[in-house]
Order: sequence, then C-alpha cells, then structure tokens
Amino acid sequence: MVRWLVAAIGLIAMAMPVCAAEPIAIGIGYLSRAGVQQKLSLVEQPAENDGIAGARLAIEDNNTTGKFLNQRFNLEEVRLKEGEDVAKAATALADRNDFIIADLPPDALLQAADALRDRGTVLLNAGAIDDRLREQDCRANLIHVAPTRSMLADALAQYLVWKQWKRWFLVVGSHDKDKLYADALRRAATRFGAKIVQEKTFEDTGGARRTDSGVTLIQRQMPVFTQQIPAYDVLVAADESEVFASYLPYRTWDPRPVAGSAGLVPTSWDAAQDQWGAIQMQNRFMKLNSRRMTALDMQAWTATRMIGEAASRTNSGDPKRLLAFLKGPDFSVAAFKGTRLTLRDWNLQLRQPILLVDGRMVVSVSPQEGFLHQVSELDTLGADRPETKCKLQ
Amino acid sequence: MWRHCLLSGTVLWLAAAAPASAFMAFVSNEKGNTVSVIDTDSWTVTKTIKVGQRPRGIEFTRDGKFVMVAVGDDDTIQVIDAKKQEVVDTLPSGPDPELFTQDAAGKIMYVANENDNTVTVIDLEKRARIGDVQVGVEPEGMTISPDGKILINTSETTNMAHFIDTSTRQIVANVLVDARPRFAEFKHDGSELWVSSEIGGTVSIVDPVKHVVTGKVSFNIPGLRSEAIQPVGIGMTKDDKTAFVALGPANRIAVVDAVNHKVTKYLLVGQRVWHMAFTPDEKYLLVTNGVSNDVSVIDVAAQKVIKTIQVGELPWGVTIAPQ
Repeated sequence: MVRWLVAAIGLIAMAMPVCAAEPIAIGIGYLSRAGVQQKLSLVEQPAENDGIAGARLAIEDNNTTGKFLNQRFNLEEVRLKEGEDVAKAATALADRNDFIIADLPPDALLQAADALRDRGTVLLNAGAIDDRLREQDCRANLIHVAPTRSMLADALAQYLVWKQWKRWFLVVGSHDKDKLYADALRRAATRFGAKIVQEKTFEDTGGARRTDSGVTLIQRQMPVFTQQIPAYDVLVAADESEVFASYLPYRTWDPRPVAGSAGLVPTSWDAAQDQWGAIQMQNRFMKLNSRRMTALDMQAWTATRMIGEAASRTNSGDPKRLLAFLKGPDFSVAAFKGTRLTLRDWNLQLRQPILLVDGRMVVSVSPQEGFLHQVSELDTLGADRPETKCKLQ
Repeated sequence: MWRHCLLSGTVLWLAAAAPASAFMAFVSNEKGNTVSVIDTDSWTVTKTIKVGQRPRGIEFTRDGKFVMVAVGDDDTIQVIDAKKQEVVDTLPSGPDPELFTQDAAGKIMYVANENDNTVTVIDLEKRARIGDVQVGVEPEGMTISPDGKILINTSETTNMAHFIDTSTRQIVANVLVDARPRFAEFKHDGSELWVSSEIGGTVSIVDPVKHVVTGKVSFNIPGLRSEAIQPVGIGMTKDDKTAFVALGPANRIAVVDAVNHKVTKYLLVGQRVWHMAFTPDEKYLLVTNGVSNDVSVIDVAAQKVIKTIQVGELPWGVTIAPQ
C-alpha cells in the first residue's frame, strides 16, 4: 500500500512539469453588432473590421508578454447577423470563452450581460457610450471601456470654457441618440459655466447621404439654417446619427467654430494621437491592419489589454481571480494617454483622458488644467460617485 | 634652475586651462533635432549640433572620443566626434532606436528597438549588427550589470525587466514591475537593480540574483495628484548611498536614500524632467526638462538646484564625457 502510494506520488511529480509546460489558455470572445454605421464623410467610413482590429493587435501584445509567463490568449470573433438573438450568440461564445468584449447597442448589451450573469462570464463594453448602462442599468458583470456620452460632453465643455467660448448655439438631431448627446451637452454647460443661447433641432427628413450635386444644395441650406441666432461663440452639434453636423463647418451664417459631432470632436482615440509613446502603438496597428486606428479600435485594444494585464498581474487564467483583480484597488492599465487608467468601483467605468480632435490633429486633451477633483481629475469627466444611480449587484 | 621654472610654469598653465570641473555635457533635443553641448565650467551652451530626426538616447563611448545618439525617426544611431563636435558616422541599429547601453570594454552595444520588440546587438568596431534578442512589447530601458554578465531590458507594454545573459544572448529571467517601465539602473556593487515605472508611479527594487521585486520606492508630493508623478530617469551615486529619480510631469527630482529606499527630499526643477547624468567628479547632476526646454544643474552634495541652462526644443537625454 505504502509502495503504491509512493509510486502514485512519483507519477504525479513526474506529470507536473509536463502540465506546467502547457500554457494557460485564456479565451476572449469578440461580439460585434450587425452592420456598420454610415458616416457623412467618405474618409470616415468605418472599415469592416473596425474595433476587432484593435483586439487583434492587443492579442498579439498579450501573447508577446504571455510567452514569458506561459499564458496563451485566443480571440474568437463573432459578428451578429441582422435580427439574430444576441443572448443565444453570447451564450454560445461564453461556452468557449471566459471573457467577452462587446461592441453592441445598449439593449442588446444588457441582454447579453443578463444571459451570462449566472455563469461568471465577464463582459467588457467597448462600443456603447450610453450613460444609463453605467447608471440605472448597470450590471456587476459588465465593465465599460468605452467612455460615456457625459464624459465626452464634459471633456469638450471644459475646453470650450477654458477657451472662453461660453456662449453656445446648440443644434440637435432628431434621433434618440442625438437627443441623449444633447442632454449630456446641456448638463456639461451647466456644470462648467457655459450658456446655451439658442437651441435648434435639425430634422432628419430622410434621403441619401451622398448625391452627385449635394454640395450646391448644402451650401445654400446651412447658412439659412444658422441665421438669426443671438450672439454666440461656438456652434455645438449633437448629431450621432450622422445627418448634418459635418455639413456645418465653414457654412454657418456667422463665422463661428463648430464642435461636438463635427469640427472639434471629443473622442477616446484618434489616428493623429502621437503623444506619450502612442506613435509606437500607431505604427504597430498600421503594420498589422494596413489602416489607421479609430476610437473603437482603441477601446477594443484597451479591453483586451485589461484582461492581459489582469492575467499577468495575478499569474492566472482563472476568470474569478482576474475579475477580482480588475475590480480591486491594484488594477491600472497604461494606454498611451499619459496617465494610468483605473476603474470607477461604483459602476465599473474606465477612467480616461478624452482627446479633442479636428480630424487632422489632436487639439487638446481633457481634463483641462484647473478642473480639480478630490480623488482623481479624471473624475471631473462624466457622472461622479455622489451622483451615481448605479447599484452593482 | 631655469629649466625647473619653465616646467612648473607649464604645469600651472595646464591647470588653468583645464580646471577640474570643466566637462562637456551633450544633451539630445527630441523636437529640435539637435544636440546641445554644455561647458560645465561656464554652464553655457557652447555649440548646437544638427543631428537626425528625433534624437533621444545619448551616450559617450567608453573611450570618451565619441557621442552616440539614437535618432529614432531616421532608424539609426549617429556618432558625433566629441572634439570636432559634428556627426561623423552612423551605426546600423534596428528600426526606431531609443535607448542603448555598452559593455564595459565599449566593444558591444545593445539597442532597444521599440517597433519590433527586439534588442539589437551591435559590434561597435566593425559597425555591424551581430544579433537580436526577442523581448516584450516596446523595449525601452537598457543597462548592463557591473560584472557585464547580465543585460537588462525593460518593455513598456509587457511591464517586465528582462534579464539577458550577455554570453548566450538568451533571456534567463523576466520580472514583472509596475506599468510602463522606462529605465533601469544597477547599484555599482551589483546588489540591486532599480527599475522606474512611468505610469505605475514607482521604482521597483529588484534582487538581481533571485529575480524578484524586494521593495518599491513610492513618491508622495503634497498638493500633487498621484497620476502626475511619473518616474523615468535614475541616477545612483558611486557609493550607492543616494539615488536621484526624475519624476516627469511632477517637475521634481526625488532624492532617495538608496539604503532604506525612502525619499528624503524633492527638488523642484523644470517641466517634465526626464533623464540625467553626473559629472565624473560627481559634484553635479544635470537633468533634462523636456517641456521647459532647459537643463537644471543640481549640486549633489548640497542637494540643491544651482543653475538652469536653456537648450534646444524638448531636451531628452544627457551624457557627460568620462574623465
């Protein structure tokens, strides 16, 4: 009996190094929405792999680190088809992956999160900027890497106020998400001391975004739409639906700068960002994907790197340990924005600086100097702890 | 008698021409695409040398005859003749070189190439690339152990210090440190390796034998948010008792007791302080302030900033001729 035991222990001991040589596999699923949003500008038309291309680069980065720690990261990509059941697709993906990076509309994202709630799968929201997902609709298994509308609006407002452009003419699109962005901009104006002198709705009357004689018509339409407005410093456009904002610069009745959905745009990332070592990242991305990096690519890269960071810090592939680390006080991730990014523990939103870009250059980075906060200046962007409606469960 | 007088006269003349404190400091100006030469006697810029694009890492050759400067956007390392004060040659580095180090003999040079996750090995005499070592994502900090056996490379996105055996050019250990490790420096007795983490905001103390982090230097400046404290350059006195750490946008140099790893003092310098170099007599420490376009001079014994010298745009690295 004793001999048998010794032999068994010997066998286990022999088997151990063989097991250790096998890398720890960490599966990451990427679930993206059906279809690609149309943009007014042809040069801004998103690529088919918008977002996923960033995750692919981060998987390479994670695996370069992983080879020193005996960890192996895999990416499984699923794009939903029009009308496909998101809960089913998410569940199928979760069968093979402990983490899912999602680029989904808000309702679909909640369906996916709720479908996976009991199995311990962690979702990382890379694509939805809706504040409600971090407030009344927050979920304990949903980490938000994308910034919120209110973070974007606050970042823009801080700069406009710093610039002393405090009188805003707000133009709002007629779709729901345009109205949500306008809400965030109104809140930001109140918070940082700007005044909306007039507000106007731009009705989407349908029709094609591109026509052969489009420019002539727009050139007549936009000045008329923006005339007879009380004195203002800047036109702020809320047009997430891509109906009119890009037509405004250089066409306003009064010569005024445009910001918001066109002109000076707040965003988590831009192809022109080259500070804080970002040029290395831009080069790596270009080499892998043969195109420039968008905000969605960066959000997906950051989400994938967060998982990689948790895996290397805990030296583990156990999703429970990784999630505990991500939610804990020691987590931070570097993402070429000049400061460490951390999670707001009350709603699992990633704190991050917001870039203000004009399509060619990074004009500024918010939070702006002088906007102070007792915990982190990054918390001057978006809903703060005292005002949160989130109860994580 | 006459002969004797002449001889002593010559000695006197020599002493006057070369006072003990006169050294040449070479500062790379990242945005200006220049190298500023500072005379440490008069504390003035005596020459500005045009170099390639984006000069960053800068170091004298061991014999003190040449200054090597990595010009990242030109994918090469340029060689400046220290006497002529002009570019005389280039070295075959890999793409986008940033920081590099040499072995004790000054024969082999190791270059961190950020764009392809490698450390390139260059034979300085033959001017030839003789090997590569695959490391983590975005290799940056480079240093060599005092006994020459271990090369250290830090990788900024992998967040590790890689220990590379210089004879086999194989990685023998990897040590995780805090986010975005920028710079590594051994104590002169080889007992500790210090690694600064720009985004993590700490300096890790690594045991070079056991390959584990044994302690951390943390920084706390009243009135300054912790995110603004971003340690980069490290300078260690020869007696291994005092270290100076550049804290980037915190605009301060931390003076650290290198024995108990505690900060004893913060010295206010220029904006975004980055790298540093001691004069060979260790009387002075020169630090580069990127955003304010100047170099601060610190009196090492008094631990005080005594001078600020305007240089080119975005000063990054600094090197001072060995004696």
